[in-house]
Amino acid sequence: MAHASDSASENVIEISGLRYRQGEKRIFDGLNINIPRGKVTAIMGPSGTGKTTLLRIMTGQVLPDRGRVLVDGKNVPRLSIDALYELRREMGFLFQNGALFTDYSVYENVAFPLREHTRLPESLIRHIVLMKLQAVGLRGAAGLMPTELSGGMARRVALARTIAMDPKIIFYDEPFTGLDPISMGVILRLIRQLNDSLGLTSIIVSHDVAEVSSVSDQSYLISEGKVVAYGTPEELEQNKSAWVHQFMKGLADGPVPFHYPAPDLAAQLLGKESAG
Amino acid sequence: MKLLREAYYILLGFLQMLGASGLFLMKLLRATPLALARPGLIFQQVFNVGAMSLVLIMVSGLFVGMVLALQGYNTLSKFAATSALGTLVALSLLRELGPVVTALLFAGRAGTALTSEIGLMRATEQLAGMEMMAVDPIRRVVVPRFLAGVISMPLLVGIFNAVGVLGGYLVGVKLMHVDIASFWSQIHANVDLHDDFRSGVIKSVVFGIACTLIAVFEGFYAQPTAEGVSRATTRTVVNSALAVLALDYLLTAFMF
Repeated sequence: MAHASDSASENVIEISGLRYRQGEKRIFDGLNINIPRGKVTAIMGPSGTGKTTLLRIMTGQVLPDRGRVLVDGKNVPRLSIDALYELRREMGFLFQNGALFTDYSVYENVAFPLREHTRLPESLIRHIVLMKLQAVGLRGAAGLMPTELSGGMARRVALARTIAMDPKIIFYDEPFTGLDPISMGVILRLIRQLNDSLGLTSIIVSHDVAEVSSVSDQSYLISEGKVVAYGTPEELEQNKSAWVHQFMKGLADGPVPFHYPAPDLAAQLLGKESAG
Repeated sequence: MKLLREAYYILLGFLQMLGASGLFLMKLLRATPLALARPGLIFQQVFNVGAMSLVLIMVSGLFVGMVLALQGYNTLSKFAATSALGTLVALSLLRELGPVVTALLFAGRAGTALTSEIGLMRATEQLAGMEMMAVDPIRRVVVPRFLAGVISMPLLVGIFNAVGVLGGYLVGVKLMHVDIASFWSQIHANVDLHDDFRSGVIKSVVFGIACTLIAVFEGFYAQPTAEGVSRATTRTVVNSALAVLALDYLLTAFMF
């Protein structure tokens, strides 16, 4: 299994020996992942491999059964609530649906973390909110309510809210799902721009191979609780493994079978098998 | 045997819920000092929870008072004791009907609103979003609503009682021609500030805590689906009603 540099200062997140079960299902079984500082790292894998769960473990929303999850040198599962909240001030998390507060306008949504964590005067809050909205191209939508926004706009507002407190790390949970090509392009460009201009570390969880590959510096492919492959998009493209090939090319059949396990078709049609 | 086991499981479930809501109450109380630092959030919820229930409470109070006077008049007139009508209306309201009916209406009007609001915030990940912004949803969302309910309930009960007595006056004095002086003076003479008034206030505070706690608890722990939120809302009404009636019996037994 390949890894990023082991130097601690270069990795903002280091996960080792991660084990997590959901009921009877084993989600992670000895997962090791390092996320280098200042880069855009993608975590890809088929649906149901626990990519979102992994993000939630990194941010302390879900407790793993075993393993170390170091974020900025702190072991997240062992942190007290106060220490976790302190650490989260350095994190931004973009939810799949945006998770905007439906009772608040776009402006108030972006102002929310500022009002909660700072005692800035209203004039300064206004400046920051308008600048963050300008960064995602939605300064003109400040007065709208979340219900008046399209899916892509809602996600951009959520992104503006995420960067309102200038986090060091941003987690993106499936940021491309359900977006039209233009919105998708906008979000892709924003992820790259924000990462480079603000000096962030970005972690994207997604299964949109083409989109993610166009923006990420390196990707992890995970499946069945383990890292299957790691590398830059080009390296993954040339990976010889049949599984990686199938996933990156989006082929219907391969090591991951097209058919859900079933009895022989002829036998079942002829009524010899009583399944169904 | 099977019946016994089912009863055992029902009892176990009940105790579990009691324990969980007790722990939740502890969480709320621990977050209360910080929440009190932002009274604006609480006042806003007092408006949502209390002021928005006013019309319902006042109309209901008026009718309850009017019905009490009508029924009381019919019975009292058999004994030629209609002059005691004021006392009957006022005592029934202060001791029993005011707190109980207000709490039941409150559970239906404000409790359900609280449960579905918090439940929907859970379902749409707004609470998780808050946590990720390092904002404690218990302190920011739940405690202001809880305190608002606890503050609003005694006030609503007071208004319910006042309007109820007015309703009794309208029917008794204006419609049935009970002597106005005896109506008011009987109330004045027979309603005791300590026994009657205080017990009503205690009841209303206890009901306020119970109903609001049930509402925010059900909302906060609702299954994050449409069905889950609807079930939690139903549970709020059912559990509040049962809690109010059971607590009412206990409090009455202790206080009188």
